[in-house]
Amino acid sequence: MGEGFPLLPESASTFAAELNLLFGYLTAVSLLFAGLIFTLVVAFAIRFRRRSEGDRPQPREGDLRLEALWTLIPLAIALSFFGWGADLFFRMKSPPADPLEIYVVGKQWMWKVQHQEGPREINELHVPLGQPVKLTMTSEDVIHSFYVPAFRVKQDVLPGRYTTLWFEATRTGEFHLFCAEYCGTEHSLMGGRVVVMSPVDYQIWLGGGRSGESLAEAGARLYDRLGCNSCHDAGPTARGPLLEGLYGSEVALAGGGTAIADEAYLRESIVEPGARVTAGYDEIMPTYAGQISEEGLLQIIAHIRSLGGALSLPGPGEPGGAQPSLRSEPGGGQ
Amino acid sequence: MSGAGGGDRQRGRYEGEVAREHYLNAAYGIRTWLLTTDHKRIALLYLISITLFFFLGGLFAVLIRLELLTPPGDLVQSETYNRLFTMHGLIMIFFFLVPSIPAVFGNFLLPLMIGARDLAFPRLNLASWYVFTVGGLFTLGAVVGGGVDTGWTFYTPYSSTYANSAVILTALGVFITGFSSIMTGINFIVTVHKMRAPGLTWFRLPLFVWAQYATSLIIVLGTPVLAISITLVAVERLFRIGIFDPALGGDPILFQHLFWFYSHPAVYIMVLPAMGVMSEVIACFARKRVFGYAFVAASSLAIAVLGFLVWGHHMFVSGQSLYAGMIFSVLSMLVAIPSAVKVFNWTATLYGGSISLATPMLYALGFIGLFTMGGLTGLFLATLAVDVHVHDTYFVVAHFHYIMVGGAVMGYLAAMHFWWPKMTGRLYPELWGKVSAVILFVGFNLTFFPQFVLGYLGMPRRYHFYPPEFQVLNVLSTAGASILGLGYLIPMVYLIWSLRYGQRAGPDPWRAKGLEWTVPSPPPVHNFEATPRVTEEAYDYAAVLPPAPLPEEGR
Amino acid sequence: MSVSPALQHHFDDMQQQSQAAGLGMWLFLATEIMFFGGLFAGYTVYRWRFPAAFADASGHLDVRLGAVNTAVLILSSLTMALAVRAAQRGRRRGLLLFLIVTMALGSVFLGIKASEYEHKLEEGLLPGPGFVYPGPQAGAAELFFGFYFTMTGIHALHMVIGIGVLAILLVPARRGAYSGSYFAPIELAGLYWHFVDIIWIFLFPLLYLLGQGVH
Repeated sequence: MGEGFPLLPESASTFAAELNLLFGYLTAVSLLFAGLIFTLVVAFAIRFRRRSEGDRPQPREGDLRLEALWTLIPLAIALSFFGWGADLFFRMKSPPADPLEIYVVGKQWMWKVQHQEGPREINELHVPLGQPVKLTMTSEDVIHSFYVPAFRVKQDVLPGRYTTLWFEATRTGEFHLFCAEYCGTEHSLMGGRVVVMSPVDYQIWLGGGRSGESLAEAGARLYDRLGCNSCHDAGPTARGPLLEGLYGSEVALAGGGTAIADEAYLRESIVEPGARVTAGYDEIMPTYAGQISEEGLLQIIAHIRSLGGALSLPGPGEPGGAQPSLRSEPGGGQ
Repeated sequence: MSGAGGGDRQRGRYEGEVAREHYLNAAYGIRTWLLTTDHKRIALLYLISITLFFFLGGLFAVLIRLELLTPPGDLVQSETYNRLFTMHGLIMIFFFLVPSIPAVFGNFLLPLMIGARDLAFPRLNLASWYVFTVGGLFTLGAVVGGGVDTGWTFYTPYSSTYANSAVILTALGVFITGFSSIMTGINFIVTVHKMRAPGLTWFRLPLFVWAQYATSLIIVLGTPVLAISITLVAVERLFRIGIFDPALGGDPILFQHLFWFYSHPAVYIMVLPAMGVMSEVIACFARKRVFGYAFVAASSLAIAVLGFLVWGHHMFVSGQSLYAGMIFSVLSMLVAIPSAVKVFNWTATLYGGSISLATPMLYALGFIGLFTMGGLTGLFLATLAVDVHVHDTYFVVAHFHYIMVGGAVMGYLAAMHFWWPKMTGRLYPELWGKVSAVILFVGFNLTFFPQFVLGYLGMPRRYHFYPPEFQVLNVLSTAGASILGLGYLIPMVYLIWSLRYGQRAGPDPWRAKGLEWTVPSPPPVHNFEATPRVTEEAYDYAAVLPPAPLPEEGR
Repeated sequence: MSVSPALQHHFDDMQQQSQAAGLGMWLFLATEIMFFGGLFAGYTVYRWRFPAAFADASGHLDVRLGAVNTAVLILSSLTMALAVRAAQRGRRRGLLLFLIVTMALGSVFLGIKASEYEHKLEEGLLPGPGFVYPGPQAGAAELFFGFYFTMTGIHALHMVIGIGVLAILLVPARRGAYSGSYFAPIELAGLYWHFVDIIWIFLFPLLYLLGQGVH
């Protein structure tokens, strides 16, 4: 994690290298302009210092060309900052196809991580080197923020919603994990480490200490225990939509419109079933709000995913993507 | 010189001088101060109030920096620390920075600068001070009652559902003080529109007036939205209806939109007046009209308008949509431009001038440097991908302190040293003025520059405990803070000293242009014998040859 | 030409004074628009999110009482305008009459509002721990009622202040202080009163008429 007295952060992701360049560009331009202003101010203060009370200043009061120059040049430079920053930001918001998916639940004051294969972690996240990892995150209480400085990634983690972030680690080692949104008394202790391992070591780590049950298997158990099977499994008592192949598909809604059956839609369907009912079905599903923990919800979603459907969701720039799940994310999709 | 009894020692009288009546000695007694409608006295009432709040907020800052000397949280408990940074922010923003230049210097100078006898609504002005005081008392009550620990930003659902602290009391205090701000804003806008002396057209106004006008526009349009935001937080805490709590169907991001809709323009409320001061001071001590007057005036308005369009740049990683982020980012780039235009115009004003490095000018030049750095780092934060990394870290803390302390507070001190002779009729010791300006500049940079590095390294803000590798930079920052503190204490001492022992000032000790310098120091109660008739442009320094030498420096 | 006793020392003439007062009042109303605007914005967000629940909850409000209140307020704006006119013409008795009628109508509004509130409380529709709602999506309905009480409550507070201001103005009005050369306080109070009326005209359809025609 670095010792002594660092002045530059570690760079351990594909984003970090480019962000270092962008930050360096911004710093260089800033030093240039700040240096220019400082130099001019000091130079003028010396050159034009008041030598006697009879000094008559040169009456230059304005110059349209100068105004245009120092309006348009900073504007162009600022827009270059915007352009590069927005482009990198867009890529930071667009996970590649088929990333390694891990679920994270934040609560006061710890991070709970769930790997699909089953292992769970507290305040630690083990990931393999060189593979895109996508975190789907929610909070049990207040707003937190998942921040890994070495990867240059950060995303607020909200209650009642899923937010995502993705990265690809480029170095093995241990890196700080911080909560970056003030969340109460032990906010500054809500962190730990991200451990990047070689893919082989990662598989070994996954294998050791397993509870023996993958996320989807835990979800299936919960699904049966809560009685979801009675309405959603094919059979004589089936009254709800069947779930095979549902994940990632487009669902026609009662009352018109469609929705993508992503994590947010599935979560909403469990805790607020009347919000977006599937076309052709009655609004009879009871709500499970308060009865299932956020982790439990993620397990059930993992189970539903295991029943088939899209391998990964379309990204924001792809066809079918960037459609905000209306109810859950009023500001737009994530 | 120190009279035996209080009765025979009247202010305005010293050996050989005929006593002159002015606003300070026209009436004595606490009632004449607490019931005054004289804008000049009200300005001093505000000065006393905000100075007290400044030192309270500063005390919290001292405790914070002491705690941060070591990585573990060992000076105070986490619950206390969280209250310290929250109250430091709330007090400094709402009870010092927002009122500072407008309520002290705007109140004192606006009528003088436009040739009026008072503001448009003198009783409203006094009422605004009382409202400010009541709001301040509520907030002090919250402090005494254990404090609030939500961060000054009151994010939900922590503040609306989970926090166990005096949220409602504090929200009430801020709500009430907001009205004080609105009253001042309305007063200033009407004054500038309706009470300018004959001949004083808009484009002959001092740029300080333009800056106050733009600031008042922001106050009037933005503050009510803050009021409703914290009202809703209070309603949520009292009735648990779920406006901001997803568990009850609400949306915490809605709070962020409502809150930042005011709180981003609020930063322009805090810095625009300081920019107005810059124009006055630089013009005077370069003895030149401000370069590009019309552009500087227009920039104030542009900042006010654009400032309302960029609030989402505080929310790039909040869960807001990608496209909203892009729109707010490009607009934030735009809002930086008028500020840059001002800096270039001030620099160009220096060219070919007759520059005196008197204390106010030192503060002004310090402002240019520090505001430039603060403003440039704002561009870093407006750049989407960079903000992902530095949002909610010490980079942000450094950025806003460069603007608010390096900018706004320096501007406040520049104003204090520039108009002190006008307000009090006394000069302060020039050498001490220069010394403390330099101490402040050095101490400030030492305190806050390391925080840029800390932020880029990844140290989050509002952290009580931090990893050991951040310690060296934190120690540097705390060392700087002790020097910065000294830079604030020294002026307190010599300014108060000057009230009694300072050399008396004439109407225009700096030989500045502007209507306020045509009246005696301190000004008479009704400002002007006769309403002035304005025939010249602002900062008409070129038209007048400097006659007599400046008063002796140092004392 | 004698100087009006109402001329304040820092103004040059009555025209400047009344222009300043008018501009000040308009600016204050602008702040009120921004204040209520925040509430309207929040309401709009949740209405967009929960259209069915909001419409359903709206159906629990008494449209007839709301309509009566709307008529009462519009009538009170008329009497307020007539009061301003009377003041301008120096008609002391007319001014007093219209001021009192305006205050009475405002009080009727508040009385009807109070009875509506009481009824809602009986039905258990006050948001908070005691909230009971017979329909689906009780959470969204609670949000609706949260906005209903907050918005109409703050509006009612503004009404109370308005009535108070008119009451205070009765004193100089009775003295005959207002005439064609000076009636600014009545005019400004009128501006405020009309504004509060206009806010209600937005509130009424947004809160009461949502559920109409949907079910």
